[in-house]
Amino acid sequence: MPYTDATLRLLAQDGQLVKSDRTEVYHQAISHLTEADLLEFYRVMTVVRRFDIEAGNLQRQGQMALWVPSIGQEAAQVGSGFATRAQDNIFPAYREHSVAYLKGLDLVDIIRMLRGVTNGGWDPKKSNNFHLYTLVIGSHTLHATGYAMGIGFDGKCGSGNLDSDEAVLVYFGDGATSQGDTNEALIFAQSYQTPQVFFLQNNHWAISVPVRVQSKTPLYERAAGFGLPSVQIDGNDVLMSYAATRIAMDQARSGQGPHFIEALTYRIGAHTTSDDPTKYRDEDELAFWQAHDPIDRFRAYLQGLGVEGSFFDGVAQEAEDYAADVRARTLALESPPVSEMFQHVFSDPHSVVDAEREWLEGYLSSFEEVSE
Amino acid sequence: MMELPLAKAITEGLRAAMSADSSVMLMGEDIAQLGGVFRVTEGLQEEFGPNRVIDTPLAESGIVGTAIGLAMRGYRPVCEIQFDGFVYPAFDQIVTQLAKLTARHEGTQSFPVVIRIPYGGHIGAVEHHQESPEAYFAHTAGLRVVSPATPHDAYWLMQDAIASNDPVIYLEPKSRYWHKGDVDTSASGAAMAQARVVREGTDATIIGHGAMVSVMHQAADIAQSEGISLELVDLRSLSPIDYETVLGSVRKTGHAIVAQEAPGNVSVGSEIAATLAEKAFYVMEAPVLRVSGFNTPFPPARLEALYLPDADRILDAVDRSLAY
Repeated sequence: MPYTDATLRLLAQDGQLVKSDRTEVYHQAISHLTEADLLEFYRVMTVVRRFDIEAGNLQRQGQMALWVPSIGQEAAQVGSGFATRAQDNIFPAYREHSVAYLKGLDLVDIIRMLRGVTNGGWDPKKSNNFHLYTLVIGSHTLHATGYAMGIGFDGKCGSGNLDSDEAVLVYFGDGATSQGDTNEALIFAQSYQTPQVFFLQNNHWAISVPVRVQSKTPLYERAAGFGLPSVQIDGNDVLMSYAATRIAMDQARSGQGPHFIEALTYRIGAHTTSDDPTKYRDEDELAFWQAHDPIDRFRAYLQGLGVEGSFFDGVAQEAEDYAADVRARTLALESPPVSEMFQHVFSDPHSVVDAEREWLEGYLSSFEEVSE
Repeated sequence: MMELPLAKAITEGLRAAMSADSSVMLMGEDIAQLGGVFRVTEGLQEEFGPNRVIDTPLAESGIVGTAIGLAMRGYRPVCEIQFDGFVYPAFDQIVTQLAKLTARHEGTQSFPVVIRIPYGGHIGAVEHHQESPEAYFAHTAGLRVVSPATPHDAYWLMQDAIASNDPVIYLEPKSRYWHKGDVDTSASGAAMAQARVVREGTDATIIGHGAMVSVMHQAADIAQSEGISLELVDLRSLSPIDYETVLGSVRKTGHAIVAQEAPGNVSVGSEIAATLAEKAFYVMEAPVLRVSGFNTPFPPARLEALYLPDADRILDAVDRSLAY
């Protein structure tokens, strides 16, 4: 069984709340959520899943070289992302489409990168501090930690004011736990007691390599060796993801140092559209996780609360409309101008870059003259 | 005007930059209370406090990776890598992240991170302590690379590097750390990317940087006693290279020799030779010659005097060039 006795959850797969002494504090953390918040959880999970399917379709139709699906991980992402506050900074890996959407990023910006229009695609300062995707596994955990060190040096945490104290949320996966940079990030975070939460989405597979090859130790237990408090949660329970992240982020911003959350979830799809999980994955395992779908679970919960069918129908329609809009805008994306290749290599002028840009411009214009 | 050893000129450059801009901070191994293994940061934590001069855990990738995050936060971090051969654990963060992040952000975020690396031989040390890794960094788009030869340039290039909005690899000629020279604190006299003609001559041009410049001076002194006039170009910046100054000298002398401690294969010297062949072919009276370290690992220290170019090897190249 992928879940363990340590796994914390608030919502069972049948949509019923479950309570124990261990989860009492987490139930308190969700007690202030309004019905509108809960409906928003469902809406974002559903819209982004539909987006994800559309993006996969676009790739299959040759409109993108690659797509990185996040299907199955929506609850881990929406709960944790929703738990951040406006002043927080979020460092994603490259599969956090739901968090991106929550933070107001136009998801076509992610498609721009995978369609070859840009190597980045958005300005974090204009997307509520949702930073760029980083494609090298684990590298960004150090950037997140450095940023959090800066918060500490600036004295922007630990005042006790939850609405102004800042914190950093960094996402990474089970594969990243083997990277040196991730381990160094945990060391630096502990050393400087950064206001930071390490949010591990253990989706059980690093392309074709199962998590048991990365670690014989449950990953949340590793945090203790670094001196970080940690929990293991059911990542397909959006309420648990919200509660654990809310508490950990508020403790971090309050000066209690870095925290670690392992969210157990599953990559229902392939690693990317270039992958073929049928070559290495067990059908029973996939079936188990499909039966633990995060959106189904939360829908059952909302239905139990009496949310009417018209709401779900409305969200379904919104998801279809969003997917159609994304498709249309993806097909309308144009190639960047040639000058883009040279423009931002450096912030200040650089003679070699300038000379090469001039040369290419002259080379290209020489063809124009011939054709005239 | 102050007379300072090169190491202390760097210290003064750091101090001036930190005094002028409170976002400048120093990070590295053993740099705080100890002041660094070469004492370059000595006294700075005392002066600027524990948040601006920080000892890091012993992890080079962690140093550069967290410096990147600090730059995103608005800091201008200056990282110390303890020795040239210890930079490679940070190589991925430097080349894959730091160098490319400005482009990845489409210019909306600058990464003004300086990485100080004591480089080069002549100190009789063990393996990994005497290398010249400049070519790796000069090859990488998005990085600037500078290397001072004198205390004056060490003082000013450090401030220029910190003021730059781009990542700068600052290569410190550790064999010159304790050699004194005059530092004019009122004016630099050259922009960061400019080379200097540090000795005028007429018969051949010797091009080099960092610790090699003092060897070039020795060679020029000997040559002069033999009636040969050498012009010396101190590159100062290895990315970009100031070809205007280099070409200006070579057009005058018609002979060019590039001297460096690094192995010659696919090196900065190779790039200069190729560029001179492209841009100065008709004024050259001989091929560009390279005098460099050999294409071997840096040898055991008892052999370093043979590995590192000395005045005789430069003069041997001068003889071969003039004999064409």
